[in-house]
Amino acid sequence: MNPYELTIAQAREQLVAGNLSSRELTQSCLDRIEAVDGRIKAFLVVNPEQALLQADEADKTRAYGKVGNLCGIPLSIKDLLCTKGTATTCGSRMLEHFVPPYDATVVAKLKGQGAVILGKVAMDEFAMGSTSESCVFGVPENPWKPGYVSGGSSGGSAASVAALECPGSLGSDTGGSIRQPASLCGIVGIKPTYGLVSRYGLVAFASSLDQIGPLTRDVTDCALMLNAISGYDPKDSTSVRRETPDYCTSLVDGLQGMRVGVPHEYFGEGLDPEVRAIVTHGIEILREAGAEIVQVSLPRTDYCVAVYYLIATAEASSNLARYDGVSYGYRDLDAKSLMEMYKETRSKGFGAEVKRRILIGTYALSAGYYDAYYKKASQVRTLILGDFNRAFEQCDVLISPVVPTPAWKIGEKADNPLAMYLSDVLTISANLAGIPGISVPGGFSRDGLPIGIQLQGPHFREDSLFKVAHNLERGLGLPPQRPEVARMD
Amino acid sequence: MAITKEEVERVAHLARLHLSEQELVTMTSQLDTILSYVTKLNELDTVGVQPMTHAFSVSNAFREDQVCDSLGREEALANSLCQNGETFVVPKII
Repeated sequence: MNPYELTIAQAREQLVAGNLSSRELTQSCLDRIEAVDGRIKAFLVVNPEQALLQADEADKTRAYGKVGNLCGIPLSIKDLLCTKGTATTCGSRMLEHFVPPYDATVVAKLKGQGAVILGKVAMDEFAMGSTSESCVFGVPENPWKPGYVSGGSSGGSAASVAALECPGSLGSDTGGSIRQPASLCGIVGIKPTYGLVSRYGLVAFASSLDQIGPLTRDVTDCALMLNAISGYDPKDSTSVRRETPDYCTSLVDGLQGMRVGVPHEYFGEGLDPEVRAIVTHGIEILREAGAEIVQVSLPRTDYCVAVYYLIATAEASSNLARYDGVSYGYRDLDAKSLMEMYKETRSKGFGAEVKRRILIGTYALSAGYYDAYYKKASQVRTLILGDFNRAFEQCDVLISPVVPTPAWKIGEKADNPLAMYLSDVLTISANLAGIPGISVPGGFSRDGLPIGIQLQGPHFREDSLFKVAHNLERGLGLPPQRPEVARMD
Repeated sequence: MAITKEEVERVAHLARLHLSEQELVTMTSQLDTILSYVTKLNELDTVGVQPMTHAFSVSNAFREDQVCDSLGREEALANSLCQNGETFVVPKII
């Protein structure tokens, strides 16, 4: 087996045993990127010299004694997490030349563990999208089928992991941006509870919804990475002060005593029959593992998209007001007046989807419309959280599809924003309620496209998600299938 | 119509965006579709429901007021496209 094919846990074992050095592993991933990224287009920037230096450092540290689980493991980072000295573009012209003077807390934590940062990966501009098509520097493709979307907004993260360019990546999830691409690319991705992972150094989109999380090839790796990045950070005022458990201890066989809820609203009209069949099979697997299956209801599911596209856009319009061309980012240097500078800078720096969302958000917050749109949406958000709280009185974890369909062709929904927004219907409610959600590979469509299964749990019960996800993965026993691109080199 | 072209123009000004005539037409039509869709929230009775502002409420996120290192001037100015080594430079305001 080539080193680049190893999962994090497998690579760690080899590194600990001394059969493999981080330099060899990192070089193997760099070679892999060189071989396939021309087709996948996951990476916006690769830093081979820096990565190999970090790898050598990791090998040295290891030789001196006990090191963290991620020591020497090469990873990719979504291009909205600040990396000191390396451009952080957010997939936008606006930040094309922005070189952060500091590391995001999650990046600092990974580096502190000795992880190797290979480079930065593509994403929808300012994380606004479901396909990564709004990335102005190139659109990543689904490793399972050329010409198909890898999902979004963390499409580059998912594509880089699925194409075996790296064993893990950090993404962010505001309405499904980790879980959806994980599902479409056949890998694991978790959106943690709001407040579990520090958002310091994350380029903000919608601050009450954004969370950072890992994308990996299996559930064990996902737990390993979440262990490394979770925990209180004084630099993020919304980060929650509490002990974080070792999520690897949740990876045990058997679900006796656990109740898994099936929300019937997630299995309604528009759900692809192949997706339905795979999730139904997943439910049977959990039953066989000892879980009790209960029917639950989330009656406001149908309103989540509307609530989300008011709250997320309102917060975005406020967050993105900072891009004024003054202290960093693009500036229209020909502008004669201050107002002209603001307008030309923002009009030339932002792409169409970003402008669209700023306009919706500004409208929803503007005088005379605030009560009808933003306040109304925030009230319905309270009702949605209430629905989840009631459901979790009857069960420990919810099971559902992640996306109503497998991946679609690049360009297919590009001209219809509402159709694109509606594809997020099954993931956005977790962000509105602030609860954790994980996407686990469930199987494949007849066309060979991956289909994921989503598990959601109460606030800070990532342990329950990992336990059920582990049993689902084990019960399904999917062979380590490799995408087309993997068989072509 | 949930929104008119004139309203989109007004909102664009508030958001400090300049839209071309073509963009204005496209945006008006797309915003109209989206805003018409979100009116479905009116089907729900929310009288007396508290608006939710945070998914997991944290109150009084205080810290000690300690003096610590911050970005130096050179670093803070480094990402600006227009600066003079001491300050950010912008077009004349008054």
